Amino acid sequence: MHELSIAVSILEMAEEEAGRQGAARVTAVHLKLGPLSGVVREALLSAYDLARESAPPALTGSELRIEATPLRANCPTCRRVVAIVSVQHQCCADCGTPTPDVVSGNELEVFALEFL
Amino acid sequence: MTATPRLVEVRQHVLKQNDVTARALRERFREAGTFVVSLVSSPGTGKTAFLEKVLSALRDRYLVAALVGDLATDNDAVRLARSQVPVKQIITGTVCHLEAKMVESALTDWSLPKLDYLFIENVGNLVCPSSYDLGEDLRLVLISVTEGEDKPLKYPVIFNTADAAIITKIDLAAAVEFDAATAWTSIQSVRPGMTVLEVSTKTGEGLVKFLDFLEAAKVDHLRERAR
Repeated sequence: MHELSIAVSILEMAEEEAGRQGAARVTAVHLKLGPLSGVVREALLSAYDLARESAPPALTGSELRIEATPLRANCPTCRRVVAIVSVQHQCCADCGTPTPDVVSGNELEVFALEFL
Repeated sequence: MTATPRLVEVRQHVLKQNDVTARALRERFREAGTFVVSLVSSPGTGKTAFLEKVLSALRDRYLVAALVGDLATDNDAVRLARSQVPVKQIITGTVCHLEAKMVESALTDWSLPKLDYLFIENVGNLVCPSSYDLGEDLRLVLISVTEGEDKPLKYPVIFNTADAAIITKIDLAAAVEFDAATAWTSIQSVRPGMTVLEVSTKTGEGLVKFLDFLEAAKVDHLRERAR
């Protein structure tokens, strides 16, 4: 259950950025979350709700919006970036070749903030 | 009048701080010529017993030390100290995994020679450690024959972040009807091409092979670093 410390880190990043931007309030935090990040969406949302209660006033009204990113990898057979079947079956969704060469799916990244 | 929120792009990795610390550690290990190996597994897989054997086998030829993470006790450090190499405990309290800054602070004030190998035993947990880079060169994920052959499918992320899989307690394989082929298929399914080694800490089976693998990984890595 490391989602709570991740939620705290997200709030700290948002607070820092709000300070830099001279914004009074953060209304939303947009996060990209990949299936290989090791973070569970639902657990992170609950943790965020909890962590937000003890966050500075600028963040208490903020909402965490999560965008799930797909698992993609280089396929040695198709010779291009392809969708992967799943984290359990790491092979090309088109031709079935197993591939460990992941290009996206590790994301745990704040990509935008909304300020008021 | 209602103000419209303003959207600002930031693009920041949430664990940026950990990654920065991990990169600094990796650089420090590189300069010292130390090969750093971390071990992750469920509680009870036999990380400590395995590591104790490995440390004992290496200590005559190399300068070796170990860091060991635990939520509450120093029992594992006491066990590892029997191998007569320097061992330091990191008590994480309520934190279910090691983070790069815990490794960094454990190394501060620890007077060590220039090590050949540093081992880092993570807290027993197959979920949380996967997100945290510790600056290691090689991450080993351990599963025991008593845990079920589908464990890799249940915890795919940790297998994905690891470099090699070690199957422990292989001496119990027959007693628990361990199906090695299914385990191997599960591992390859979540991490195609992953090296899988079988060991028994009790009988010593597979240890020589593991040590050969470790040595080869170290040589490869040092050659890679030199480039």
